[in-house]
Amino acid sequence: MFRHMTRARVLDERMWVLNRQGRAPFVISCQGHEAAQVAFAMALRPGYDWVAPYYRDLAVTLVLGMTPRDHLLATMARAADPNSGARQMPAHYGCRRLNIITGGSPVATQVLHAAGAALASKVRGEDAVAFTSLGEGSTSEGDFHEGLNFAAVHHLPLITVVENNGFAISVPWDKQMPLKDVALRAQAYGMPGVIVDGGDPVGCYAAMKEAVERGRRGEGPTLIEAKVARLTPHSSDDDDRVYKTREALAEEKRLDCVVLFRQELEQSGVLAPGDAEEMRAEAMREVDKALQEAEASPLPAPESALLHVYGD
Amino acid sequence: MATKTYIEAIREGMRDEMARDERVIVMGEDVGVKGGVFKATEGLHKEFGEMRVIDTPLAESAIVGVAIGAAINGLLPIAEIQFQDFIMPAVDQIISEAAKIRYRSNNDFHVPMVVRAPFGGGVHGALYHSQSMEAMFCHIPGLKVVVPSTPHDAKGLLRAAIRDPDPVLYFEHKRAYRLIKGEVPEGDYVEPIGKARVVSEGSDIAIFTYGLMTHFCADAAEKLGADGFSCEVVDLRTLRPLDRAQIVASARKCGKVLVVQEANLAVSIASEVAAIVAEDCFEYLDAPVMRLGGPEIPGVPFSPPLEEFYMLTPAKIETELRKLAAY
Repeated sequence: MFRHMTRARVLDERMWVLNRQGRAPFVISCQGHEAAQVAFAMALRPGYDWVAPYYRDLAVTLVLGMTPRDHLLATMARAADPNSGARQMPAHYGCRRLNIITGGSPVATQVLHAAGAALASKVRGEDAVAFTSLGEGSTSEGDFHEGLNFAAVHHLPLITVVENNGFAISVPWDKQMPLKDVALRAQAYGMPGVIVDGGDPVGCYAAMKEAVERGRRGEGPTLIEAKVARLTPHSSDDDDRVYKTREALAEEKRLDCVVLFRQELEQSGVLAPGDAEEMRAEAMREVDKALQEAEASPLPAPESALLHVYGD
Repeated sequence: MATKTYIEAIREGMRDEMARDERVIVMGEDVGVKGGVFKATEGLHKEFGEMRVIDTPLAESAIVGVAIGAAINGLLPIAEIQFQDFIMPAVDQIISEAAKIRYRSNNDFHVPMVVRAPFGGGVHGALYHSQSMEAMFCHIPGLKVVVPSTPHDAKGLLRAAIRDPDPVLYFEHKRAYRLIKGEVPEGDYVEPIGKARVVSEGSDIAIFTYGLMTHFCADAAEKLGADGFSCEVVDLRTLRPLDRAQIVASARKCGKVLVVQEANLAVSIASEVAAIVAEDCFEYLDAPVMRLGGPEIPGVPFSPPLEEFYMLTPAKIETELRKLAAY
């Protein structure tokens, strides 16, 4: 678990460096969400369950089986980018092999795709579940409501995770909703609603595991809200100093899930002194190699823009 | 060959495909026990059960969005929007999602989904049960748009749409449901998407049209025929992609062109057909391309004189044809 979190953090940090060096036009971050994302993804069966993530879910995709190389190919807009062949901006995840459903930029639309994937599994009598995630700002969209209501009415094995970091770009949670907890809405949909501390990967895993098992047993959908912190601006094109005080950010960084989980593991003896550094060094080596490969990989041929509009 | 109504042909098309392939499901408002507000899905719920004929919540974005997800996970959904007028909440799912999923995933994912919706006026449905909104979808690469005019084509094109690997919008003229009858062959036949049909051959005026207007144009053409003017009536059938080759061939042959549609004309199918003729047939034309369609008002009004003012008739089309014949 900690190894996954470290790997995601190292990759994410490298993407920001590339952006600030002018080598990558756009980066959007999972920093502060790693504990929750790793825990949720670890409770799924890769390539069997269906996943409709959102743009912040870098760690989700890594746990499921995508690689730093995959994502650096996207960051560097290379033809071999498995998400989209570099047709989309980075962080628009998709991977056929792993049942990670391609996502676009409009938010919350993926909730319905996950509900549909869950419906198809149910129609065929399989016990696969569908996982979808979004930020708390996106819960203001109609598709969030329509998806949860549809899944509840039809008892679909859909697990909807809201990664609530308190800000939709610059707009704070209290301009999205009058109540602080998204999970309270689950009652209105007739499904369990669970609030988890997104800094606690073990607690997140337990909540997710239970939701997955409910889904596999045919007992319907679950809404999980993870309270997380966004440790970076919304994206590389955003400046969070305009709307987030430096004190608030410093407090969030003091509670950084990667730092706290490391302390916990070291205090309990799960990690020996030096283990965390070694994991970080290992991730750095992997990311270095991935970046070299991505940079050596060709850009798409211009006329390939015309391909794959239709299948026939 | 048996004679059937347009709506019977649509129902049979769904039924036969559901019997042929268990991946085919139907979903929408009232499609289950009731069999649809127009009875297009009547009997399907009883025959195939509630797992495959799904009454959904009243939420169009969900109907299409869930169908997209089900299509990605291996089903072949037919999503019914009760009236084309109510498709607007689903437009984000159709245009931002379904149309782009193959392209944006570099061919990793695709959406074999049909969205069926009744369109058109003449049924006292007023602004929100009468519109013809096909043009907005025809602008979008990644979508296919078909509009059958006969029971034969309704069944054959629906089969093709269900078997197509990409999202197909299948628009049915609601006034045609019981008004239009025709022969429907037994057995498994398919009408190809992207091919127009020459309804009647002629040499003086080429008429390009689709949907219910095909029948009105055929009636008007017959009137001119009695006076010695020969019209070639072409039913476009597929609006995206248009059958450019047939449009060019008929326009070059006749030298005069009238495009007829129920929708208003600005930025429409008629605009696109006129552009194709202008690009590829300039040297062959004996008159300006003419277009006939609805007025530039937001919808079809309710009161009978207002509705009649809006709607085209064979007589209105005949008047336009005579102007063109005299040019």
